Amino acid sequence: MTAISLNRPTVAPAASAFDRRVVDWVLWVALASVAAVYVRAAAFTPLEAKQGAVQKLYYLHFPTALGAYIAVGITALGSIAYLWLHDERADRLAEAGAEVAAVFLVVVMSMGSIWGHVIWGTWWAWWDPRLALTLFLWFVVIAYLVLRGAIDDPGMRGRYSAVLGILGALLIPFIHLSVYFTDAHLHPMPIMFKPERPSLPSEMLITFLIAFVAFTFLTIALIRARYRLGVQRDAVLAMEEERGAA
Amino acid sequence: MSGYLDRRPPGTLAAAWLVMRKDLSIEYRTRTAFLSAVVFAVIALTVFYFAWDQSVVATSDRASGVLWVVLTFSALLGLQRSFGIEEHDRGIDALLVSPISRESIYLGKAMGNLVFLSAIQLVAIPALVLFYNLRVDRPLFIVAGIVFLTMLGIVAVGTLFSAMAVNTRLAELLLPMLSLPFFVPLLMSAAQAGARVFAGRPVAEAMPQLNIVIAFDIVFIIACTLAFPFTLEE
Repeated sequence: MTAISLNRPTVAPAASAFDRRVVDWVLWVALASVAAVYVRAAAFTPLEAKQGAVQKLYYLHFPTALGAYIAVGITALGSIAYLWLHDERADRLAEAGAEVAAVFLVVVMSMGSIWGHVIWGTWWAWWDPRLALTLFLWFVVIAYLVLRGAIDDPGMRGRYSAVLGILGALLIPFIHLSVYFTDAHLHPMPIMFKPERPSLPSEMLITFLIAFVAFTFLTIALIRARYRLGVQRDAVLAMEEERGAA
Repeated sequence: MSGYLDRRPPGTLAAAWLVMRKDLSIEYRTRTAFLSAVVFAVIALTVFYFAWDQSVVATSDRASGVLWVVLTFSALLGLQRSFGIEEHDRGIDALLVSPISRESIYLGKAMGNLVFLSAIQLVAIPALVLFYNLRVDRPLFIVAGIVFLTMLGIVAVGTLFSAMAVNTRLAELLLPMLSLPFFVPLLMSAAQAGARVFAGRPVAEAMPQLNIVIAFDIVFIIACTLAFPFTLEE
């Protein structure tokens, strides 16, 4: 094992890190497309017959849940790649994924809570498995971010958080198994992902598909921005270290 | 006289046994962690007894919940010490330069923690039986078995996180932050299995949850053993 390289950045940081802007057109386009989803969902999609206006949270709630899963998946893949290749880019990617996941999971839970309050008559229900699942996943993501914040040495931070990222990914099936303890549930059974046609009227389906694309795009744009921020932070730290050494 | 240098380094399990014996004899001589964990367990049992209205929730119904809370937090007390004791005088460096594999350090530490935690439960569970007027019968022994299976998972994950936490700025504060999210699915399944057995239902009804506990043990004992070398300083 290459003992020395673990604690050293594998890619030399340089001033060129600042050539790439953190907030650039990709993020703006992503935000604009999410704004377009809001407009389309609010003004150009019919009201759901039974639930009324609150059902429009669907176009926010479900796509952010998928976005959160994408972000968690990126953290898991980044963690595996880091332990394998010891490339700090993988570590930064994992970090960016976790941070975006933490935010998206809060959005999923709070939007779901508002929706649940209106339709189910409760802000939170433990016996619905998906609520517990999301909350427990969020605990792991927060633990990951706290661990990162508690270590200064970049090599050690990379290794430790990669270990936690991989163990966290292994935990997900167990969270899944442990929360599906009853047949009772409040969430509807799959509406979108099932062998037959999705059971949504076509206007709603189109709005959902637009929302899905927009939020996936936003997830990737945010992770990309956070990744670039990480590059700049590391470059600043390297410069400070150089100045300290000189 | 067999020369010191002639001795071959021990195999993985033999080395793990030595590490465990070292940890347990340190603990046996000081008894600080054991006593504080036992005192915690008994105090928690007492506090929980008064936390519910006696006329609403029967004592035997509360016992199951108290059992898992006491197990979790007394485990954290023991796990904190596991790698904490190596920090003084950099004992971990001595372990690392010794001719034993890194996996055996982990396994030894984990086995030591398992013995430690079992010893606490050997006091806590009888105390629970006494204070909560439980009957000593077959369900109780089955629940004790479920507790042991749960401890395997707790110790597997907790020992690894203990090794990580001591090297961070937050040190012992970080261990519960890292461990508890991992304990939650394990404890939820174990507690549900235990509640069914306590209620006098057949073990077969608790099997789905028990299988989750056993699968958790197997997956995380293997995963944490493999991950441990990455948490050591190079």
